[in-house]
Amino acid sequence: MSKDNQILEEFTSKEYEHGWSVNYEADEAPIGLNEEIIRWISAKKEEPEWLLEWRLKAFRTWKTMEEPEWANIHYPKVDFQKLRYYSAPKQTKKPKSLNEVDPELLAIYERLGISLNEQKRLQGIAVDAVLDSVSVATTFKDTLGKLGIIFCSFSEAVKEHPELVKKYLGSVVPMTDNYYAALNSAVFSDGSFCYIPKGVRCPMELSTYFRINAANTGQFERTLIVAEDESYVSYLEGCTAPQRDENQLHAAVVEIYAAAHAEVKYSTVQNWFPGDKEGKGGIYNFVTKRGICAGDHSKISWTQVETGSAVTWKYPSCILKGDNSVGEFYSVAVTNNMQQADTGTKMIHIGKNTKSRIVSKGISAGKSQNSYRGQVQVMKRATNARNFSQCDSLLMGDRCGAHTFPYIDIQNPTAKVEHEATTSKIGEDQIFYCNQRGIDTEDAVALIVNGYAKEVLNQLPMEFAVEAQKLLALTLEGSVG
Amino acid sequence: MLTIKNLHASVDGTPILRGINLEVKAGEVHAIMGPNGSGKSTLASVLAGREEYEVTEGEVIFQGKDLLEMAPEDRAREGVFLAFQYPVEIPGVSSTNFLRTALNQVREYRGQEPLDAVKFLSLMKEKMKLVEIDQKLLSRSLNEGFSGGEKKRNEIFQMAMLEPTLSILDETDSGLDIDALRIVSNGVNQLKSDKNATIVVTHYQRLLDYIVPDYVHVLYKGRIVKSGTKELALELEEKGYDWIKEEVDSATV
Repeated sequence: MSKDNQILEEFTSKEYEHGWSVNYEADEAPIGLNEEIIRWISAKKEEPEWLLEWRLKAFRTWKTMEEPEWANIHYPKVDFQKLRYYSAPKQTKKPKSLNEVDPELLAIYERLGISLNEQKRLQGIAVDAVLDSVSVATTFKDTLGKLGIIFCSFSEAVKEHPELVKKYLGSVVPMTDNYYAALNSAVFSDGSFCYIPKGVRCPMELSTYFRINAANTGQFERTLIVAEDESYVSYLEGCTAPQRDENQLHAAVVEIYAAAHAEVKYSTVQNWFPGDKEGKGGIYNFVTKRGICAGDHSKISWTQVETGSAVTWKYPSCILKGDNSVGEFYSVAVTNNMQQADTGTKMIHIGKNTKSRIVSKGISAGKSQNSYRGQVQVMKRATNARNFSQCDSLLMGDRCGAHTFPYIDIQNPTAKVEHEATTSKIGEDQIFYCNQRGIDTEDAVALIVNGYAKEVLNQLPMEFAVEAQKLLALTLEGSVG
Repeated sequence: MLTIKNLHASVDGTPILRGINLEVKAGEVHAIMGPNGSGKSTLASVLAGREEYEVTEGEVIFQGKDLLEMAPEDRAREGVFLAFQYPVEIPGVSSTNFLRTALNQVREYRGQEPLDAVKFLSLMKEKMKLVEIDQKLLSRSLNEGFSGGEKKRNEIFQMAMLEPTLSILDETDSGLDIDALRIVSNGVNQLKSDKNATIVVTHYQRLLDYIVPDYVHVLYKGRIVKSGTKELALELEEKGYDWIKEEVDSATV
């Protein structure tokens, strides 16, 4: 038996750290999906008529659509009638400030290492905490408000800034864009809204922390980020969920709008429950994320570290409409045990001199399947478009799979598109070399994997990068003996 | 310090080492020479604990402990260092980061506090001088894109940092030009003390002009067939290995 096989035999995976759940009294929609439920959600959130109509239109379209099957993922189909589409912790009255938020809810976030206490936070990060279907708290709203920055839950934005929501909602990801986006448009419950006015550089990282707690409940949140001319914002998203035997659905939509000379950095560290070693349970993460560089010289940069979920279907994309605009995608996707990931990006070059850069690092262990799927499209008028793509795959053991599906569509002869791909295995030689210097095997793997993913991890804000490094090591713990 | 008794080892069922006996004391330098395929590198690998090699017989006692019972990382922590013939590349991991991880794991094993960044860097600065290595090289990915000479110098630098009790240099001279050979040898010589020992595995006598051995052993067909002092190495340089092969082969017929 080769060493690799032996290693796999000794396979044990660390328990998922955030697998606990909390009992709280919830305000829930009945199970199932129909127009009544959508009206129920909309009424619950005291939404204006136009938004209800928008939801219903999305729902009617969704019913005519079919679940996509082109991705390299296999899972039992979701029975959408058996899910609950709204679950919110019961709060007797709407909290006006952080002080009024139920301490039990704050404790959930404390336990996840996310302090919502502004005084306790050492570094300037404002947090919007989303629990199941609602945002429970948003920090630093006042500080940000002084600069004209709006950072609040989506529901609040609908009430306080309806004109902005109406203008941008669905402008980047149309409600009928795809199956899951349409479903999200029909039933989304909350999420974050962020607006950076012209010329403002957001002084702190903005972040949303998503937590699924309730059982049999889908989480459908919506994030909308609008960066006006010459503004800058860095946005972070983190996610965890309890360990449950059944699969749970997370179908989010993120839209980013960048005006001229604006820059938006969006970073995700996704740590949804991946299911157990046999592949039981875990989150289905079917997410649509897209940004539009609408103005000239604008820039959108996606960085993702994907360690969790049973099944991931996700392609953060950039529409490079403005001339000289720039799109970036940096990704580390780790799959272990029975996890499946089909993830990548789309870069659509419309404007002149547009540039995109794709760096994807896949790591597969156990019996997992990890696919990169990327599309680079250069439209007719996109003179001098440039793309550089690098897709690397790292395999651990011989029972996992890594796949690369690059699609390139060039309609302008001046385009320069480069694609590099490599596949490698963590070598016994590398591990032995580390061992010989006194480093044990677990740490050797962590060292090698973090080195491999360094180019992507370097893109993350400092505090997140450290967390991501630990998470990578933890996800792969036990994958090599 | 090190006692090897009747050591037999094989790879995929093929015996390579067939009864090695060797005694190394503190303060000594032993050279292991021999023609290609005689088992020199295998001996180095077995001592370091590489998994492909199966020890079928014999024992190795290192400072009173059974070395063969230990995992490779524990052998390293006990003070066994192997300078690799082909140092391995680890993309994205700087030599500095790698060494800090290694040194602190070794220190932890020995019940010492980990070194903080400041102390680590000052130790590094001190040891860098030994092998005339540039700090820029150490902030690059470990061995990635290094020249042959840079890789070997980095091995000796790591040795200087980890301060092993027993250093095994596996063909450290291969691929080195004369200047690099001088630098590497200087480093090794400066690290020598009466408390540590060195085993130099080499095909050529050249290295032994710089690192002068107390004993020279000739390995052939998995056994030490001749031992002597540094004069033996000079004789080999002059006459080649054939006369030893003939001696051995005729004796066994």
